[in-house]
This record gives sequence, C-alpha cells and structure tokens, in this order.
Amino acid sequence: MSNRIISPVGARFVGQSVQRKEDRRLVTGHGQYVDDIKVPGALHAAFLRSDVARGRITKLDVSAAREAPGVHGVYTWQDFHEQFGEAYHVMMGEALVVPPPLAIMDVRHVGDPIALVVADDRYLAEDALELIELELEVDQAVVDYRTAADDSDNVVHAGWGLPSNVMVAMPFMPLAPDLDEAFASAAHVVETLVDQNRYNCVPMEGRGIVATWNQGRGEMDIIASTQSVHETRNFFARYLDIPEGNIRVTARDVGGGFGQKMFVFREECAIVLAARAVRGTVKWIEDRRENLIASGHSRNESGTVRVAVADDLTITAMSVDHVADVGAYPPCPAVLDPTLLTGPYRIPRMGFSMSMVWTNTMGKVAYRGPWMFETTAREIAIDATARAIGVDPVELRRKNLLSFDELPYTSAAQREMVEITPLETLDQALEMLDYEGFRREQEAARAEGRLLGVGVSVYVEPTSMDAPSLHTEGATVRVEASGKVVAYLGTTSHGQSIETTMAQIVADTLGVAYDDVIVVQADTQSTPYGPGTGGSRTAVLAGGAAQRATESLREKVVAIAAHMLEASGDDLEIADSTISVKGTPSKSVTLFEVAKLAYRQAHTLPADVDSSLEATVRFRPTRFPTWSNATHICVVEIDRVTWRPTILRYIVSEDCGRMINPMVVEGQIFGGVAQGIGGVLYENFVYDNEGTPLTTTFMDYLLPTAAEMPHIEIGHLETVSTTNPGGFKGLGEGGAIGSHACVTNAVSDALAPFGIVVTKTPLGPNDIFELVRAAGHA
Amino acid sequence: MHEVALTVNGTNMRIEVEPRMTLADALRDRCDLTGTHLACEHGVCGSCTISVDGRAVRSCLMFAVQADGADVMTIEGLANGEELHPVQKAFQAEHGLQCGFCTPGFVMSVTKFLETTPDPTDDQIRDGISGNLCRCTGYQGIVRAVKRAAAELNGQS
Repeated sequence: MSNRIISPVGARFVGQSVQRKEDRRLVTGHGQYVDDIKVPGALHAAFLRSDVARGRITKLDVSAAREAPGVHGVYTWQDFHEQFGEAYHVMMGEALVVPPPLAIMDVRHVGDPIALVVADDRYLAEDALELIELELEVDQAVVDYRTAADDSDNVVHAGWGLPSNVMVAMPFMPLAPDLDEAFASAAHVVETLVDQNRYNCVPMEGRGIVATWNQGRGEMDIIASTQSVHETRNFFARYLDIPEGNIRVTARDVGGGFGQKMFVFREECAIVLAARAVRGTVKWIEDRRENLIASGHSRNESGTVRVAVADDLTITAMSVDHVADVGAYPPCPAVLDPTLLTGPYRIPRMGFSMSMVWTNTMGKVAYRGPWMFETTAREIAIDATARAIGVDPVELRRKNLLSFDELPYTSAAQREMVEITPLETLDQALEMLDYEGFRREQEAARAEGRLLGVGVSVYVEPTSMDAPSLHTEGATVRVEASGKVVAYLGTTSHGQSIETTMAQIVADTLGVAYDDVIVVQADTQSTPYGPGTGGSRTAVLAGGAAQRATESLREKVVAIAAHMLEASGDDLEIADSTISVKGTPSKSVTLFEVAKLAYRQAHTLPADVDSSLEATVRFRPTRFPTWSNATHICVVEIDRVTWRPTILRYIVSEDCGRMINPMVVEGQIFGGVAQGIGGVLYENFVYDNEGTPLTTTFMDYLLPTAAEMPHIEIGHLETVSTTNPGGFKGLGEGGAIGSHACVTNAVSDALAPFGIVVTKTPLGPNDIFELVRAAGHA
Repeated sequence: MHEVALTVNGTNMRIEVEPRMTLADALRDRCDLTGTHLACEHGVCGSCTISVDGRAVRSCLMFAVQADGADVMTIEGLANGEELHPVQKAFQAEHGLQCGFCTPGFVMSVTKFLETTPDPTDDQIRDGISGNLCRCTGYQGIVRAVKRAAAELNGQS
C-alpha cells in the first residue's frame, strides 16, 4: 500500500510526534479551566433540582432563601419567563428548542432545575437552597423506553399537550426495490436484537460558565467550558436579542467534552439571565452529581437487525428496526444515519425504521460517535449471524468487506465509499494478533475449561460529516512584527491537541519553526467563526483552513521578499524563517526583515505589492464526509469463579489518512477505546422504576482505571484523503465507535462453549453470571 | 472563621476559613492555587491529590482546619523554578495528558508512588495509579510516563 502513502516533500513537523504546546502549562498546574478563572466580585450559583422524575409543582416558596446570608438573588420561572427570546442551535435546527431555563409547572426528570440561588459563594448558595419550600405531586414516571411508546396514560410532555412519548417515528423504508425478495430467498436469515446500555460522556471537568453583564455597554462576557465558543455566542445573541458583537465568549482550557459540551444547556441560559439580572458576574460550576444526573446521557438504544446470507456467505441484505431513548429534554437526540448501517461492507440491499422516544430521564446528548449504534448493531449482528450459520465471524467479514482496490463503491443508501481500507485493516489486525494461532490457543484453553474469546469490529467513520452548518472552518494566519507567526482558528479545543497539530501544519506550510507559531482559538472577539470542535472535524476542516490561509500568507511574504531581493517570486523558497533564492542561499532575507519592512517601511514597497502579512481563508472540503476506517480486535478471558471479564489483548488497525502527529492520533484512539470498554464492562447509568438515578457517584458509576485498561496495540495504514489539501482524515471518535461491539463480540465468543450469544450490554461480572445461569451452566 | 497556619509550597501562610471549608477549596480560593482540581469531590477521582506532610492526600476529603501546621505541596510547587520535575517532563514526553484536567492529581500521585516504588513493574504502575481517573488517555501514555520518570529518577539518584 506504499503507493498510497504521501511522503510530504519538505515536511519537517507534519508526520512527527512533536511535543505538545499545551502541556507545559497543564503539567505545572497553570491551566485555566473555567473554575480557575477568578473574576473579581463574582457571585456563585447553585440549582435546586427535582428529586422526582415526574411531578407537578404544587408549592414553590423562595422567600426564606432570599433572606439568607450572602444571597443576592433567588430565581424561579416566574423571574425568567419573559426575559429571553429564541433558544435553538443552528446545527440542530429551529424546531429543537432548548427547554426553559427552569421548570415551569412540572418536573420531567430527576435533576430538572427548579430554582437558582446566587450568593457570595457556593457554600452560601447551597445553604439557601435548603430554605426553599418545594412541594411536588408525584406522577408515575416513564422510565423504560422500550414500553414508553405504548404508554398513553403517562406522557412525559403532557405539559406541552402532547399525546404520546414518541418524538420521531419513521416507518420501515426499504432502500432496494427487491429487499423483501432478498430476505425471502436467502439461504440464511438471522435476526438479532442488539441492546446497548446507557452510559455518559463524563468529562473530568464538568459543565461550568462565568457570565458577566456589562450594563453600560450592554455587553455579555461569557467564559465557558464548551466545545464551541462561536455557537455559544450566536445562541445567546438570539436568546438575549442583542447583536453578536456585544457578546464575547471565550474558553481557555476545557477539561474534556466528548460531545456533551457541543450545545448550550438550559442551566447556562439561567446563569446568563441571572448575570443580567444582578448586573454583574455569576459563576456556576456543576458538581459531579449534577454532571452525572443532569448533563445528559447517551447510548441506551436497541435495534433488531436482520441479515440475509447466501450459501457462499455473501450478505445479500441487511435491515434494522431501531429505537432510541432520548430522555426528557434531549440537546442532541440520536438520529440513526441509515447510510452507516452497511458501513464498510458490500451489502447491496438495506432497509430501516427508526424511532426516538421520550422518557422521564435526563436528555440525550451527543457522545463521541453519536452514530456509533449503526456500527454496534451491525458488528454484533454479524457475529451472531456467523454463529447461527456456523462459520467463523472473520470468514463472514472477509467475504463481504470492501477492499481499497474495488473503490469507489456506492452503497445501498447511495453513499460513495472512497479512500478507505476495510479489508486491509482487518488483515493487518488479524496478522498483529496471529488470528489462526489464537484460535489454536483458544481450542487448547477451552479444553482446559478456560473461557477465552476473540471479538472483531470493523467500521467506517464519517469524519467532517455532511451537516450543512458544519461545512466550513476559518483561519487567519499572520506574520507579526517580530517575524513570529500567529494562527487564529475557529476551533474550541477540549483536549484534542489543536494548538500543536495546527502549528505543525502552519510551520511546514510557511517554512518556519514550530516554536515560532502560536495558535489562538476559542475567543469570539479575535478568531474566525467555527461551528465547534466535534464530529472528528478538526484535522480535515481546521487543518485545511490553516494550510490554505498559510499558503495565501506565504504568497504575500514571497511578494515582499521578491521586491527586497530583486528576484522573481517563483525563484524563492522559504525554510527556517529565511526566504532565499533557490540555488543561491547567500541571497536571502529573513522573515523578520520582511516583517520589518512591511510593518515599518511599507512606503518603500511598489504600489502593487501588498504590505499585509495576514491572510484569512474559509475552507470547505471538496466532498463530505471524509471517510476514515479501522478494525478492532480484542481477546477476553472470563474468570470462571467471579465471572469477571479481563481484556488480554486489544488491537486497532486504523486508517486516518496522513497523520499530522502520530502520538496525538494514538492518544485519541487509546482514549476512545477506553470509553467503549468502559461502556461495555464497567459503566452503566441506572434508573430505578420510579426514574430515580442509582449511579450518582464515581463509587457507583464506574469509569475504567489504569488497572482495568489493557495495553492497546495500534497498526497504521495511511490512505490519503483528497477532500483537503493535507490529505488528512478525522479519527477522534473511531476508538469509541469500534470498541463497544468488539468487546461484546469477544465476551460472546468466550461464552460460546455454553451456547450463549451475547447481543446486550453491559457485561459486568454479574451480567455475565446471569447469562451463564440462564443457560444452565452456573 | 478559623485561622489556619500552614506551609504551602515552601511559603508560610495564614488563612481564614470556615470549619466546613475543604482543604481543596481553601487552596483554590484562599491561596489562589488553582492547579489542584476538583472532579468528583467525593474522594474517588484523585484529581485533587496533593502532598500533606509528605503523603499523598485527596484534598477534597480533608478540611482546611485539619491542615493547621501542615506542610503542603501542590502541583504548583513541584517544578524547580523553570526546571520541570522528572514526572512532569515524562507526562509531556509520553503524551500522558490530553485535556489535562486530571493531570495535576496524577502527577502528584505518581511523584509519591515513585518515592515508595522506585522501580515499578507495569502491573505495579497500573495498580499504583488506579486511584486516579482520566477520561482522555486510556492511561497508556500515563503508564509510559511513569516508566520514563522512574528511569530518570533512578538515573539521578
């Protein structure tokens, strides 16, 4: 595959694991997360939240709280209801309205904010919460999304006058005229119910916002833990009905997001309104309980997958009937992207139905690969299908996976698959494991009574996805008076190493040192608009913008240098911040000398030479999405006494195109895989039948620790993308997308001697014990 | 209000705190040392780990008044001027952090761990840092960082 790997000419930084610009401040404790930023005179906020999942407010008396020491304001819906305007995000559309900042007449999930106290500090604010008199008449909560659609007695949004719990229901749609015939005539049709549990983003830094209202200027200044400063600004411009230019949103360091912080939350709306009410600064830093019960959940969806297979193992058709729990107030309800169901496979026919159902639980948020269920459903179903028809799941995949050589391939859903390597990554991953060798080892282990299993998962990731509002990114790149370079980007990093990777691109494109490039982002008053950092967009879009803007800047540098050197621009080259005549290195000027002339002696330039050393570009890729792909394989052993599963090996073969920084690429994969492993084996967000959350601390909601995480082995293929000038692809979400099915399939394979096919998660020791007991083996 | 006298990163300090104020909040709000982060405030995640009288402590589980007379070191006190501590250097070199929010707690825990376990095996490292949660790295870069730091510290001694 070497013919598809770019060897960047003259690249010194792109492709290298250069050390991160972000790290020095972060390892010394000098990061500036939102709670680290001290605004003099700031007041602190705390929310009174519902302890019941569904009920009507019969009494809400905040008068005692208003008199409590240090309290500056106590707010309920009555205080806010005429204080705001439109509340929607462009990406999600005007129809999906952010719910009211505080509950109006009723509560719809545990954690629903009812009142807001603003006080001198958080301790005093929480003291005052205890003085609020609240009475609720409790109604039967809707908790199980599988039965919610048929429950017309208990309706989550009855308060809006809605008759049912169904948010969206799309009837079955065949994407091939002969789909029914294909199923009817197939040698094998296997139906699998894939059921994925509820788990959460859980960034280590929760949500937080500091809002300051400047009464004199009519300005709102917001510092937020967000994935998008610009969309936060645009949202609040509509919400407060003031010009965008009167709102400044910044973020310095953001402690993880994973999708959760892509959109403005109702609590943040309340804080902004409170800041305007007190004509000052209000700060809200949520605690972990709030983050776990009220920031939003993800996954919790299921699908019945049907796979039709011919005698020669060709998959002739696939369909899914999908149901997702979107909670009460979903900032980002999952949308099954049917084009992804067939993923990297040659499956000529497909069909799907989908529904999204409201429940009295926290709302659904985006989580690293919001479209992962398509992969989860397909990959678990393929293993179950292989088991049912008695073939090795790798054999079934090999027969049906696309390979690079047969591309482009148009899928049943009319998506053009290009520049991907599904079969090739499978082969690489199998070789890294020594699959045949493992199967022999497994046979021997099984003879000794050990439960050893292998799981495979293959997927494509639609990076830089095709959502109209996400089609562009901007960059402004400037040579400063000192000859150093600043790149202003529309991104909002929350751990993606953007300062580093974008500086690598700028440094190479201009011909300067990595250390001479500063990246500025996450400030609406200085950076070009960007819709947000998410959806594995940054490498493709911000990378493209940074490169194109730097190319444009380079032309300006060359034009000035050509005048200074009395040479043709075509004869010049730039390296190490020095512009010289090709072949005559002694004839040169430094970038500082160019800057000196441009900033101080522009009058010496001819009229047709632009003295500006700044370029702005809004970049749009040539095609959407930019596909990347990978294969995951893992080996699991289950203890026969405790039923605890342990991952013995975890292998990823991935193709994210040309790598900007291999260390960063691998870090993204490690972290994504950890979240998938966590979701299957450790993390499970649980509500009881009344809708009360039971996993509200880290003692109950278990994140994987270093003791549980396996060492991950990674193989790389680099099929260059042609959607962007650098040949990059995104990869931020893939680790999380592929790992859920991979681990599930490995557990299933380990339990195969008991005749157990695993299609449901979570898979903690107790879940596995129950499966084994149900099968009559424990 | 109670007056608490303590040494923080080598500086003698007197602060006024309510009895209920945690040491973590006191360090962040009274001492303006915001490198100590709070990610759970119930003693599980380890983000607020600091050194109190030479031992690793979760500062969210300790009241400031309990630190009267104590010798405290936070992440801000670990580097020697501009020269990073070997553990800090190793986290950078081995990509032991991404968003960086949990990093101060990890660095402080690892520093203490290597004092008692100077030549750890991989299993000992994973066990030794299992009291700290990270959501970004999958711990792989952190494990590498601990190994690198151990090697550098052993080379120094």
